[in-house]
Amino acid sequence: MVTPLVNIQGLNVAFNGVPVLRGVDLTLEKGEAVGLVGESGSGKSVTWLAALGLLPRHASVSGSVRLDGREILGAPAGELDRVRGGRVAMIFQDPASALNPVLTIRKQLCEALALHRDLSGEAVKAEARQLLDLVGIPDAARRLEAYPHEFSGGQVQRIMIAMALAGNPDLLVADEPTTALDATIQAQILELLSSVRREMGMAMVLISHDLGVVAENCDRVAVMYAGRIVERAPANQLFADPVHPYAQGLIGALPPLDGPRRRLTAIPGTVPDPARMPSGCAFAPRCALAAEPCGLAVPSLAPIANDRVVACIRAEASRRALLGIAAE
Amino acid sequence: MGRYLAIRIGRAALTIVLVVTFAFVVLRLSGDPALMILGPEAPPEVLAAFRKAWGLDDPIWFQYLDYFGAIAKGELGRSMRDGRPAIELVLERIPATLALTLPAFALKVALGIPAGIYAALHRGSAIDRAVMMTAVAGFTVPSFVLALLLVLVFAVQLGWLPSGGQDSWRHAILPIATLSLGGAAVLARFTRSAMLEVLGQPYIRTASAKGVPWRKVVTSHALPNAAIPTVTILGFMVGTLIAGAVVVESVFAWPGVGRLLVVAVANRDLAVVQCILLLVALTMVTSNLVVDFLYGFLDPRLRAKGAHA
Repeated sequence: MVTPLVNIQGLNVAFNGVPVLRGVDLTLEKGEAVGLVGESGSGKSVTWLAALGLLPRHASVSGSVRLDGREILGAPAGELDRVRGGRVAMIFQDPASALNPVLTIRKQLCEALALHRDLSGEAVKAEARQLLDLVGIPDAARRLEAYPHEFSGGQVQRIMIAMALAGNPDLLVADEPTTALDATIQAQILELLSSVRREMGMAMVLISHDLGVVAENCDRVAVMYAGRIVERAPANQLFADPVHPYAQGLIGALPPLDGPRRRLTAIPGTVPDPARMPSGCAFAPRCALAAEPCGLAVPSLAPIANDRVVACIRAEASRRALLGIAAE
Repeated sequence: MGRYLAIRIGRAALTIVLVVTFAFVVLRLSGDPALMILGPEAPPEVLAAFRKAWGLDDPIWFQYLDYFGAIAKGELGRSMRDGRPAIELVLERIPATLALTLPAFALKVALGIPAGIYAALHRGSAIDRAVMMTAVAGFTVPSFVLALLLVLVFAVQLGWLPSGGQDSWRHAILPIATLSLGGAAVLARFTRSAMLEVLGQPYIRTASAKGVPWRKVVTSHALPNAAIPTVTILGFMVGTLIAGAVVVESVFAWPGVGRLLVVAVANRDLAVVQCILLLVALTMVTSNLVVDFLYGFLDPRLRAKGAHA
């Protein structure tokens, strides 16, 4: 069996003793695009911040994160610094505050280049110009000397992508990369992301609560709820046939683009407070299909089809229910 | 940038005029220098002659215009006590004051800033708590209390250091310690909160995410941003170099500008008080101007705003 690019097993994170990530398992093959969806606070970002050692010190992290088979969780700082930006790059939600306001773009871009490539002097600057060209910042030579506040939000996100590409990473983690941007700019940034991914053969993790964005850009999708992955499936299958009641709820809340108009469904209730998790399945209190056994034990991810897993003891019932609705 | 500067300098000049005006009016409303200097038993005709000689019987607006006219010619008046030019009296005291305030300033910076940075980087640690407790104590205890405490311990109990006077460098230790402890505490607290604020910013996470080693994240990403609020406090401290030691000089009988000010106020020695206040206003305003400059230098966003202002 080929070693996956990233293999996360049983990743737990707690802030001041309150668990926010409760046993996340996720693998990522070279070059593939995986979407991570779920409500705010479900642990999408925390999973990757924890994997890369970017959480504040009061967070306690346990489990295993392997990159090409090598454990990076708790690795020495020097090794992590080589991984971050070099093997795995990350871009964030709010581009406006993601760049250092007092340093020029050149300084920030060249810093990444100097750290991860054997370049120096003029070569660094030339490469920085090339990266800005690549991400579509016009007049790169002059713009390198500008400060972040002199760019628009979309442009800053392009610069962030350029910076992420500086180390030729094998994986780009894009944490809500378009949430803070206008719809038209969103589309441009996503287009840019998929074109650089094709060109460089990078894998990508797209963290988003926008299911449409994920459906268009990802091969596989993992749905997270309350610090766990509850369903993992190829993107087309998940959107056509979600099995976990939560995934069904998310997709049911989306207006369909074709077919007859239907009433959008909402998931009743709210996400449970991490400090007061219900026993058993965390989704049970909001779940229409919940039965008595749901409150007894936390369901584990179980295969239901090729390359599909779901953490729901009512998966079969849920599937039938869905088919029943479809048949009506 | 040129306009930005012109506006700042204009405002600075206005501040100085206001300070001087305020001092001028308040001093003249708060007591008669003739009575203060000659005493209440002096014969009325002597008092009248004194007032006439110093122009104190002129209407206040006339005195005021006269005063500004003299300043324009570079004359700051004479001391009513010994007739020497006020500026001379003040200037000869400045070295003594700077002998306290300059080392104290250096100590504040050398202690306060590293302590603040360290506390921020080790937030919640025992050292952080110790630094913060010291800092709170340092700026809640008034300087005269701290001064007396230090005298009590190091001069009275232990007998290691003199309690007052200006005979040797050992006499300067307690006043300098008093001045620097409070300032260092203020600086440590400010630096710490500035650092904490900056360390929580997304761009710090970005820097870590691109593989910048933590030490460099702190030095080249966090410190330049944290410097902006810290420089404000430093500006205030530079502004107090000339007359920031009034209380401490009084407690330790140190013959600096601060003591001169206290004596001159008590005597209503108008020219001397006005001269000192003018000097204080000048240093304060100049250091604020320098701070404004530094902002532009440290923060490119302000530079851009200044250019358009």
